[in-house]
Amino acid sequence: MSDVPSAPNTHAIGLYINGEQHHLQVPPWLTLLDLLRDELDLVGTKKGCDHGQCGACTVLRNGRRVNACLTLAIMCDGDELTTIEGLAHGDRLHPLQQAFIAHDAFQCGYCTPGQICSAVGMAREGRARSRAQIQEAMSGNLCRCGAYSNIVAAVEEALPQMGGPRP
Amino acid sequence: MMPFAYSKPDSIEQAVQQAGPDARFIAGGTNLLDLMKENVERPARVIDITGLPLREVRTTANGGLQIGALVSNAELAWHLDVEARYPLLSQAILAGASPQLRNMASTGGNLLQRTRCHYFYDAAVPCNKRAPGSGCPARDGLNRQHAILGASEHCVAVHPSDMCVALAALEARVLVHGRQGEREIPFADFHRLPGATPERDNCLAEDELIVAIALPPPPFVACSHYLKLRDRASYAFALVSVAAGLVVADDNSIAGLRVALGGVAHKPWRDVGLERSMLGRPATRESYAAFADALLRDARPLAHNAFKITLAKNAIIRALTQAQAAEEHP
Repeated sequence: MSDVPSAPNTHAIGLYINGEQHHLQVPPWLTLLDLLRDELDLVGTKKGCDHGQCGACTVLRNGRRVNACLTLAIMCDGDELTTIEGLAHGDRLHPLQQAFIAHDAFQCGYCTPGQICSAVGMAREGRARSRAQIQEAMSGNLCRCGAYSNIVAAVEEALPQMGGPRP
Repeated sequence: MMPFAYSKPDSIEQAVQQAGPDARFIAGGTNLLDLMKENVERPARVIDITGLPLREVRTTANGGLQIGALVSNAELAWHLDVEARYPLLSQAILAGASPQLRNMASTGGNLLQRTRCHYFYDAAVPCNKRAPGSGCPARDGLNRQHAILGASEHCVAVHPSDMCVALAALEARVLVHGRQGEREIPFADFHRLPGATPERDNCLAEDELIVAIALPPPPFVACSHYLKLRDRASYAFALVSVAAGLVVADDNSIAGLRVALGGVAHKPWRDVGLERSMLGRPATRESYAAFADALLRDARPLAHNAFKITLAKNAIIRALTQAQAAEEHP
């Protein structure tokens, strides 16, 4: 492949995804979501509505939670990205992953990677403390199975283990 | 999404030089990319402005605040000066969208988001805003979310922003840069009513880029309230929203009053003359009710949204009462 010239409408970008550097050629219209799933086989990030309404595609971009479906890959050049695949340390689950299992915080599981990435971003924002604040702060992630009460319980339990809210 | 060419200018001058009818600026992309996926927007070129130096929030010489166009909605809502001195703006921003979208969406882009009218979004049906002259199915269609004030026979869409409702009440100014240089637009003149040209949401020229929002010194701090009413408790567009600010004199008369409405018109709705006529009147529920009646007096409901008139009146009374309570119990 190396001697094939790049198509005129692709651009070279560099991304750090889950700590690993990637050099990629992307067309401008490729979303970050499609790049992760279709090009890099990081299929933990889910495509739900593809319109920024459901939150299934939530990933962390430079530490902040964003909808990968409404993000152009080309605009992430140089950025650090964390997906659900990057949260565990080897076999040691992230506290949120552990809490989701403990609280049975899912049924079909399709929204779960987005829920967990969103909650990691929420914890870093350091604003949500009470149950009501967690509900509001997680409102960008829909769960059509309706596992909300268990999701909130899992997030509430894991929050102190993630460094907790900032003072 | 249709293919497009991409550029990332290094300077504001370069960005406005690249502007044109076939191009769109992109910052957060939260609305533009959504519209491009629906084929409502089909730019041949997309100009990425995220490399421009427009990320600063700074206090101005007159004690106001200047907000760079690329400051994200989340950063702005949680900025210490905004939380302390413009809580109305903070509340309005946090009432809108989701945390993910607020992390992405820019200040300038928030002003430029398009209506969420279902017919505008559906490229398979007519819409005067999307395809001028094709008709308006919303007028006689499903129009529960649509305008009750300032609409025209050509368009009954409403502006979707919460932030803009607060900016209207705060009398912000929009700083824009074009090929002819910079100009400042009072917030009330930035968005427009649909009239016969609903395809135009605002008064920006094709080559103009929003570079900043300027806020005058806060006219009220504690005595303000943003009230948003919607079909669910979070993450939905307003049916009606109210940005209310109040100054009450020692004798309990109204010394200052501002009310901007969201969800009811093609732009945030205010009547400055009516606000002035309230000065000196007692700061009571009766006065607020009289104001609400007068502000909605020209409201014209469609088949499915007459409820918005009552909702708006009650929301105004409640928002002003809450603003007053906030002043008394900061």
